[in-house]
Amino acid sequence: MSELTLTVMRLGFLAVLWLFVIVAVQVIRSDLFGTRVTQRASQRGARRDGGRPQPQRQAPPQQQRSQPGGGRRGRNTPTKLVVTEGTLAGTTVALQGQTITLGRAHDSTIVLDDDYASSRHARIYPDRDGQWIVEDLGSTNGTYLDRTRLTTPTPIPLGTPIRIGKTVIELRK
Amino acid sequence: MSSTTNSPTHHTSTIGAIGAPSRRNTELALLVFAVAIPVFAYANVGLAINDQVPAGLLSYGLGLGLLAGVAHLAVRKFAPYADPLLLPLATLLNGLGLVAIWRLDQSKLLQAIKVAGTTAPRQLMYTAMGIALFVVVLIFLKDHRVLQRYTYISMVGALILLLLPLVPGLGANIYGAKIWIHIGSFSIQPGEFAKIVLAVFFAGYLMVKRDALALASRRFMGLYLPRGRDLGPILVVWAISILILVFETDLGTSLLFFGMFVIMLYVATERTSWIVFGLLMSAVGAVGVASFEPHIQTRVQAWLNPMREYKLSRTVTHDGIVHSDQLQQALWAFGSGGTLGSGWGQGHSDLIKFAANSDFILATFGEELGLAGIMAILLIYGLIVERGVRTALAARDPFGKLLAVGLSGAFALQVFVVAGGVMGLIPLTGMTMPFLAYGGSSVIANWALVGILLRISDTARRPAPAPATNPDAEMTQVVRP
Repeated sequence: MSELTLTVMRLGFLAVLWLFVIVAVQVIRSDLFGTRVTQRASQRGARRDGGRPQPQRQAPPQQQRSQPGGGRRGRNTPTKLVVTEGTLAGTTVALQGQTITLGRAHDSTIVLDDDYASSRHARIYPDRDGQWIVEDLGSTNGTYLDRTRLTTPTPIPLGTPIRIGKTVIELRK
Repeated sequence: MSSTTNSPTHHTSTIGAIGAPSRRNTELALLVFAVAIPVFAYANVGLAINDQVPAGLLSYGLGLGLLAGVAHLAVRKFAPYADPLLLPLATLLNGLGLVAIWRLDQSKLLQAIKVAGTTAPRQLMYTAMGIALFVVVLIFLKDHRVLQRYTYISMVGALILLLLPLVPGLGANIYGAKIWIHIGSFSIQPGEFAKIVLAVFFAGYLMVKRDALALASRRFMGLYLPRGRDLGPILVVWAISILILVFETDLGTSLLFFGMFVIMLYVATERTSWIVFGLLMSAVGAVGVASFEPHIQTRVQAWLNPMREYKLSRTVTHDGIVHSDQLQQALWAFGSGGTLGSGWGQGHSDLIKFAANSDFILATFGEELGLAGIMAILLIYGLIVERGVRTALAARDPFGKLLAVGLSGAFALQVFVVAGGVMGLIPLTGMTMPFLAYGGSSVIANWALVGILLRISDTARRPAPAPATNPDAEMTQVVRP
């Protein structure tokens, strides 16, 4: 076998090997799956989303597929939960009939990074009629629906602030 | 797919999950590529050594392709959302390893000392067994969280596996390290399997204990000092790895287990102090044992001064120590390879003689593919580890996270320990390069490891089931005020 052929093969092999590595890295790049954050405000949002990947991954894709006017939803049915104050301010979660858990536990739907929150603090779920209910799960510092501390599962009126530690959330249409 | 807010509120971001595609077709395309590269290399070796395309090219290519195809179909069927890169990367490394082993089989020098000759077909058989175990893992391990139930059984199992080589009649002392057991005509390295079992134990244990380990600590000079009773388990693991070092004279395995434990401890507790403790303890242990264990001392001597060992191996010595020129030969192999290498089949890495196709196989790549090839191979290892860590990040349960980190951490440590040893960065230890080196236990165990990682990543990436049925809403009677 001639020297030239072997040199070509030698360099060709290295090129092919590196091509594989590059293709693999490209696949990784296109494979950044899991979350998509639509940015509305630059700095604060970017920092927050980098620091808290958990709640994003918790949300399965079905929750985000908005189905306008599905089923027996009335006119006053909230469609999304908005965090208005606290470190997560600005985050919205679409309401699709799933239970939303709040707390510091990593598997919560909304993971609160708040010293005043318990690990399983509260949950928000729809009852049989589609009315959204907030329930305190025996938290230490309590869950407040507009200034009153919750003792029983309570229906949430639209736009009423729910306060957990420093975090305030509300349901919106 | 993601809902957006129309409200004019400041600082608004909307979180929407992108439905993870299964990416099986990407995996298939990469897999074809990963099989084609070793076939190219195989033809290249034949052309360089015998001036002709080797006769076994078709059967070899078909064999590797068939194994990869079976693995791919198993993933498609049983883990459809698994990571698309792990399987092609592992297949490529395995295929390249087979080529290098076959290339060393052609060496007259190695044939004469019976190190090589017919090792490539055997390695292909081991690969088939590895793929079989990989498929078995995917079929029977439906959910990795099942392993959590066997936390303490895994501990006992790992200890038994580690102690097996010490059982008289079963264990075998091969070239100074007692890490093999003989069953019939097979010799098995139980340590390779113990690696996986131990990762299961550590993950299960740390998941339960991590809060105690992370929170109950005093702050002292910027470090969090854990309580004495929380130090217990790390001391036990340390003692076990030291005992392995003393009785089996196996520095690599000892380092691997302790390192894996420290990595998992750090990930579980997020306390840097554990890393400091771990490094201190492994340094103390290694230095302490090396000061009285002659086998380790020879390794350290060979590391510090490979040229002197080379000269001593050429002369007759009467100090009762076996001097080996392996490390110096390996360094020469790397050196003569240069940047672009000598080309497949045109190096002289067979001068390493013993273990040229197992522990020292990286030297063959270093000589024949050069720095460029070694870098590509190390990057492929790095990508496997990256995919493992990515799997851990994506996993939704703490056990899966810890297990994925532990397995990929062990994989990374093993690559570091072997590559560092062969290149003279750290003292040489008797371990095999995952997937590349000749050795049944290593290939089979590492395929099982990849199988478990794929299972975890499948669970992590699988889209969550539709939240339509909500048991709370059905069962709970809400009393309205």
